[in-house]
Amino acid sequence: MELNDIVAKAETAVAAATTPQELDTVRVEYMGKKGLLTEQLKSLGKLSAEERPAAGQAINQAKQQVQQAINARNEELKQAQLAEKLAAERIDVTLPGRRAAVGGLHPVTQTIQRIEQFFGDLGFRVVEGPEVEDDFHNFDALNIPANHPARADHDTFYFTPKTMLRTQTSGVQIRTMEHEQPPLRIISPGRVYRNDYDQTHTPMFHQVEGLMVDTDVSFTQLKGILEDFLVNFFEESLEVRFRPSYFPFTEPSAEVDVRRKDGQWLEVLGCGMVHPKVLQAVGIDSEKYTGFAFGMGVERLTMLRYGVNDLRAFFENDVRFLKQFN
Amino acid sequence: MKFSEKWLRSWVNPTLDQVQLAEQLSMAGLEVDDITPVAEAFNSVVVGEVVKCWQHPDADKLQVTEVNIGTDEPTTIVCGAPNCRQGIKVAVATVGAVLPGDFKIKKAKLRGQPSLGMLCSNAELGLSDDHDGIVELPADAPIGMDYREYLELNDVTFDVDLTPNRADCLGLRGIAREVGVLNRMTVTEPEINEVKTSHDQSRSIELVAAEACPRYLGRVVTNVNIQAETPLWLRERLRRSGVRSIDPVVDVTNYVLLELGHPMHAFDNDKLSGAVQIRMAKANEKLTLLDGNEVTLQDDVLVIADADKALAMAGIFGGEASGVTAESSTIFLESAFFAPEAIAGRARRFGLHTDASHRYERGVDPELQRTAMERATQLIIDICGGEAGPVIEAKDERYLPQPQSVKLRKERLANVLGIRIADDEVTEILQRLGFTVEADAEAWQVSVPTFRFDIAIEEDLIEEVARIYGYHRIEATAPAAQLRMVPRQEAQLTTNKLKNLLVHRGYQEAITYSFVDPKHQAMLFDDSAALTLPFPISVEMSSMRVSLWPGLIGAVAHNQKRQQQSLAFCETGLRFLPDDKAENGVTQQAMIAGIRGGKANAEHWNEGERAVDFFDIKGDVEALLAATGEAGQYTFVADSHPALHPGQSAAIFKNGKTVGYLGAVHPQFEKKLGLNGRTFVFELELSAVQQRRLPAAQPISRFPSIRRDLAIVVPTQLAAGEILKAIENVGVNHLVDLNLFDVYEGSGVADGYRSLALSLILQHTERTLEDQEINAAVKAVVEMLTNEFGATLRE
Repeated sequence: MELNDIVAKAETAVAAATTPQELDTVRVEYMGKKGLLTEQLKSLGKLSAEERPAAGQAINQAKQQVQQAINARNEELKQAQLAEKLAAERIDVTLPGRRAAVGGLHPVTQTIQRIEQFFGDLGFRVVEGPEVEDDFHNFDALNIPANHPARADHDTFYFTPKTMLRTQTSGVQIRTMEHEQPPLRIISPGRVYRNDYDQTHTPMFHQVEGLMVDTDVSFTQLKGILEDFLVNFFEESLEVRFRPSYFPFTEPSAEVDVRRKDGQWLEVLGCGMVHPKVLQAVGIDSEKYTGFAFGMGVERLTMLRYGVNDLRAFFENDVRFLKQFN
Repeated sequence: MKFSEKWLRSWVNPTLDQVQLAEQLSMAGLEVDDITPVAEAFNSVVVGEVVKCWQHPDADKLQVTEVNIGTDEPTTIVCGAPNCRQGIKVAVATVGAVLPGDFKIKKAKLRGQPSLGMLCSNAELGLSDDHDGIVELPADAPIGMDYREYLELNDVTFDVDLTPNRADCLGLRGIAREVGVLNRMTVTEPEINEVKTSHDQSRSIELVAAEACPRYLGRVVTNVNIQAETPLWLRERLRRSGVRSIDPVVDVTNYVLLELGHPMHAFDNDKLSGAVQIRMAKANEKLTLLDGNEVTLQDDVLVIADADKALAMAGIFGGEASGVTAESSTIFLESAFFAPEAIAGRARRFGLHTDASHRYERGVDPELQRTAMERATQLIIDICGGEAGPVIEAKDERYLPQPQSVKLRKERLANVLGIRIADDEVTEILQRLGFTVEADAEAWQVSVPTFRFDIAIEEDLIEEVARIYGYHRIEATAPAAQLRMVPRQEAQLTTNKLKNLLVHRGYQEAITYSFVDPKHQAMLFDDSAALTLPFPISVEMSSMRVSLWPGLIGAVAHNQKRQQQSLAFCETGLRFLPDDKAENGVTQQAMIAGIRGGKANAEHWNEGERAVDFFDIKGDVEALLAATGEAGQYTFVADSHPALHPGQSAAIFKNGKTVGYLGAVHPQFEKKLGLNGRTFVFELELSAVQQRRLPAAQPISRFPSIRRDLAIVVPTQLAAGEILKAIENVGVNHLVDLNLFDVYEGSGVADGYRSLALSLILQHTERTLEDQEINAAVKAVVEMLTNEFGATLRE
């Protein structure tokens, strides 16, 4: 057979191969040890020395040509096979993914964390304390002696005449000041308790109280820090007003109202300059140091921030409610 | 403190409307809680006179009247009230009138008789709950006058929520004074004169407890007609202040209390014997109060007594036996100053809270007693007739509050407020408040009038100045402080970090009450005696939690009742363990706890569903423990707990000490606790997981690791945890990881035995391990397992 015929035949066979296996069969048929083109090489021996180089070259060219055809075909087949495989692996990417359930923090915790962040950035340290308190830390040291009318306002849960569930986290401030001298910047978040239960009161709720005592702490600064806080907490420039009020442990004292969208003022904070008797009770020189203190109801701030209407929802722990804050 | 706007304006009348006035008071620290109309809306009601009145011919209970309402012809009206009679002045709703409740008055025929209006009761006009017949007006009520105008009903009640320091405003006089200060106006006080005495009958007074009662005024008024009617104007003022009319004497003392802020009391003089004593009660002394309740007094309760017995709880509540009744004619009037400390807290002790105790606890003007006495005497005589005897005053100067003189330093004022108010303005503010002021270069020396008994120290004056100056005028500045970093311990695993870890594992944080149902708690923790609230909101909220589990179980039950299937809650907070040695008798320990129930995973098209089980929650606990970087210090040991399934509960040990529990809620409690199906809980002492190991970096091996698997057969009851621990303790060189990857029981393994498949991962940091090293290591492990646990290798 002529070399050209062999090549042509081989090329036809290569083109006809539809799988790598078939293609390999073709390769073996032409290029294998006993392949047609290999056989051609063997026949070189029969040729003269003059003819041999040209014939050898022709055969090698033919081999190359066939090999190239095989390679090209091989690549085509691989591509086709890959395309087929990929097509078979097609999935519906719109099916839902596997989701690991992720929970969330309680909205009250989230508000406390935000408050801690705001004040923490200003160097206020978070301190915590016991919830079963004694009357010294909950009342006496806060300038609320026995029989003070303010005690009656607290609806205290007493265990004994001397021990109770704390009605405010201020006791933590006393505990801190008992051990530390100014400058002091602390906030104390936590649970507090009042014996009252209706649409707007739960017997347990959360407060964050703050205290700053230093040599030049003034009422203007109290106004400044709280306005700053409220604007940042609500992320809008709210109208804020300070209204004179009374707390036994601060003087002057104020309640802080924000103007709601409906024009009504709503009380969100109580605050004031630390009463000198409170500083004296913990051994801080009230002539040298002044301080301000403030307290806020976490639930109320959370309600305002997120539009919660019923305070009691916070403690029912209905996941349909809680998940809205995740 | 409630009062009518018109009453206030009769003392001081600034050119502010209602809303502005309320705003002004609130911004001065007298918070106006509410403004309510003194009468509901109604119209076309006029004063009339019943000129004729006869029996309805066809109805037993009706009368036909002719009423003069100032028109040419009398109006015919049918009336069913038993007190309707000829000659009385009445309130007439004319045809076209609209009464409260949108009740329209139309021409009507009642049993054949035409009726052109209605004679009204106060109830029909929304003025009281009194349905006893129609209104009878005084004889001088002008016929035809609009009834609203006649009663001045176009008025509102201000309800001021006073802070405890402003007891001086617990009377209209104080409020008016404050309005005067704020508006720079003089206040017109009602003229109060000494009442002429017409006899010298009196009763001597003995101040036995002079410290508690340094001043006591008494007066005998004879021939008092207690049947007289309290005039309408006075009744209306009381009504608008939320006080019911009782009898003229009580009405007058209540009126003086509202007007001057000074409580008074009237005794039936005929029921007293001998001198009036103001003394402390004897221990266990009995007294029957005006409400009929008998109380047993203690010796720190001040009483008014006569020679024989206690008559009244001083400053709090009168006694039944000595009270003024319909038969009384000679009365003994009391006007006293009681020290706040002697009154405070006593009323509450007896479950009482009266207008008098409210004021005496907070304080009254120590110089006001005589004024109040004269005011009350005059009003009683005006209404009931009677003759006044002399005022007997007993006092002990030693215990009377002394006039206060307080220094206000200019520097201090500026320091506390952070602004400097002009000296002149400060002086002017103090003077407006009624203080006498002497200024020098450094300070104001301020003499405080007795009616501002709340002012005692410099800060009180600072507050007064700031308040009148206006908080809104005090600027806001940023606090200045020395920059100091807040210490942050890197090794601390904060509560927030731990909670977030659980949140990322699917937990929803819950906040449950710290007080729980004692029934549930006793069920789950049968050996604990929890701290109990003596006066809880309800029994179900009376026991302080000894664990976070009762609350979390409640949260799961609540949600399961609301069709929620897969639930995972976590909570952090204190548990309360009674402990005599701890501060306040209770150890308050921070805990972290979790609960899971229902499905382990959400329903998914490609995943099988399964119920949550022990190893789900154990995995969560292990994640918490792993966060410390030293999971090896914790072990789980099968242990029973009253709350938990005996076969599915474990104690968690840290370095040999129990720090928590986990397991399935005991199935016998599921139903009682409202749980639907298996529920798993864990709880750890927060402090046991709050420290993590700081990283101490080790070089990473560049050499290949070798894995060898072992399948061993051991008795089923042998704890896998112990086997794993023992392997780690063999001290095999280069063992970097150990994993239990299969547990098998069944065919091929004898009954009572199981097969555990373990992988040992060995690696050397500096070279490739050689076969004989690996084989030696595995051999050491196998030998230990054989010797210690009787394990056999599974073929």
